[in-house]
Amino acid sequence: MDAFGSLIANFLIPAALVAAAFWAVMKYALPREVRTIFKREFKGYFNSPIAYVLFVVFLGLSNGMSFFFFGVLESQEASLTYTYFQYMPLYLALIVPAVGMRIWSEEQRQGTMELMLTMPLAPWHAIVGKYLAAAAVIFLMLVLSFPIVWTINYLGSPDNGVIFTGFVATFFVALCYLAVTSVLSALSRSQLVAFLISFAICIVIYLAGFPQVSNMLMNLKGGAIVLWPLLKLLNAIGVMPHFTELAKGVLGFRDVVFFTTFVLFCLFATSVAIRMRRA
Amino acid sequence: MIKVKGLRKNFGPKVAVAGVTFEVKKGEVLGFLGPNGAGKSTTMRMVTGYLPPSDGWVSIGGADIVDDEITAKSKIGYLPEAAPLYSDMTVEGFLRFCAEMRQVPSEELDRAVDKAISTCFLEKVRHQSVDTLSKGFRHRTCLAQSIIHDPEVLILDEPTDGLDPNQKHEVRALIKRMGKEKAIIFSTHILEEVEAVCTRAIIIDRGKIIADGTPDELKAKASSAGRINLRATGLAGKTIQKELEKLAEVGKVEVLEADGDGINARVSPAKGKSHKLNAAVFKFCKDKGLNVVELSVDPGRLDDLFREITKSDRDD
Repeated sequence: MDAFGSLIANFLIPAALVAAAFWAVMKYALPREVRTIFKREFKGYFNSPIAYVLFVVFLGLSNGMSFFFFGVLESQEASLTYTYFQYMPLYLALIVPAVGMRIWSEEQRQGTMELMLTMPLAPWHAIVGKYLAAAAVIFLMLVLSFPIVWTINYLGSPDNGVIFTGFVATFFVALCYLAVTSVLSALSRSQLVAFLISFAICIVIYLAGFPQVSNMLMNLKGGAIVLWPLLKLLNAIGVMPHFTELAKGVLGFRDVVFFTTFVLFCLFATSVAIRMRRA
Repeated sequence: MIKVKGLRKNFGPKVAVAGVTFEVKKGEVLGFLGPNGAGKSTTMRMVTGYLPPSDGWVSIGGADIVDDEITAKSKIGYLPEAAPLYSDMTVEGFLRFCAEMRQVPSEELDRAVDKAISTCFLEKVRHQSVDTLSKGFRHRTCLAQSIIHDPEVLILDEPTDGLDPNQKHEVRALIKRMGKEKAIIFSTHILEEVEAVCTRAIIIDRGKIIADGTPDELKAKASSAGRINLRATGLAGKTIQKELEKLAEVGKVEVLEADGDGINARVSPAKGKSHKLNAAVFKFCKDKGLNVVELSVDPGRLDDLFREITKSDRDD
């Protein structure tokens, strides 16, 4: 199979299937309110320059770094795991808060929160609709990374299965970051504040998963006792161990549970934050 | 249609609304008056379910706004004070979005959007982006949003704010027309608006209702009510004033103009004699052989009442 055929069979068709499954859930499993909010929000990203700017920055960053710094071409790696995917959680810590910062902040700044919350819908309709719209933008952004898949297939015969799970793992991490951003966005009227704090938290949950980081904290003077609960917490919320497993092509039950729990918890926290802002 | 009982709202130690009770029936237009910061908007926000009340309850067509949130909210159309809009949409796109959110069935969407656009005179800006609209159009777009699903209850926070006189007139006419088959609450600073549109008015100050009645009833409570405006010639002004002040029914004569051959004055009734004043003054003029140029009873002015009752306890 040539590189182009391989790209279609191993990347674009699976991506299209994911999109189709998502569409089916949207259409048949979720209430009309969620769908309406999803549509509005999704279009909103493309009515302003924000989505395009973020796409260009993300694609430039992820591809540029791989080609120029991490030697994706020289490494002869068959799966892109170490030259491409490994750094994705870092770029996404920057990009995802920029995608998600507006979801509630903008609503509060414009005052449309008052319209939204006096409409006949349950708060979770709005929370989920908005979250899914931002997730769909990120999904599209990852699909637009297809040139690297095509390039690798053109140059050699990589393990396309692992490349695909690499994208799945990347997307899951992005979903966690987005869920964090959703909470911060509900807490702040200012998009900039929501962005900066989300960015900081995403970096923390990125770093928290590295053994070097926990070792370093352990070695602080008296750290082991004082910081023990904190360390436990950091170990628990670190995304990297789960990301690495998935990216290697191992679809572990524990990792999926971790990502799902993380997102659901943050969406619940978003609803609490919105209720707090109203009272 | 709308029932509000003992509604309170505290923001920390600050009491914004201190126990408000009222009722609005179908076919009633209730005007909400009060100085800035009196608790009008907070009350409306609780009635629409945006703010949870600290105490008390609100029922919309029998559905509690807290316990049966979705049923209650589906009966309401709401225009918030700031007339917020999604700035990244067109007028039509925005109204379509609101109609869908308001559970208008898909097959009726086009009709509902068209109707709201024509009712609020938005044809000219139908395809324009919301962030390029002038203030008047923004306001009317938000008003269109509130009536798009033909709600039984309308809550309008300063619906004529920022409109030019023609638009104000149109919006008042619209509220009056819709008021025949809906229950409407609207707040305003403009007192003529209350007389023109409302079937009933409430004056609220510091979170409490301090007056409640039809516009005529409220006007009658003003100190200006029952006062007589008299312009007459035939005698020296000073003389007329002195003679008038001798009448038992007359409390005070306020001279606006007086010369050697006439007077222009406001005659206030003595306490408890307001219903007799008119006849007494009329008889007086006839007995003295005065030429009456004007003799009219003042029905009272809302703004007098408003000022009298909202400022009386400002100092404490």
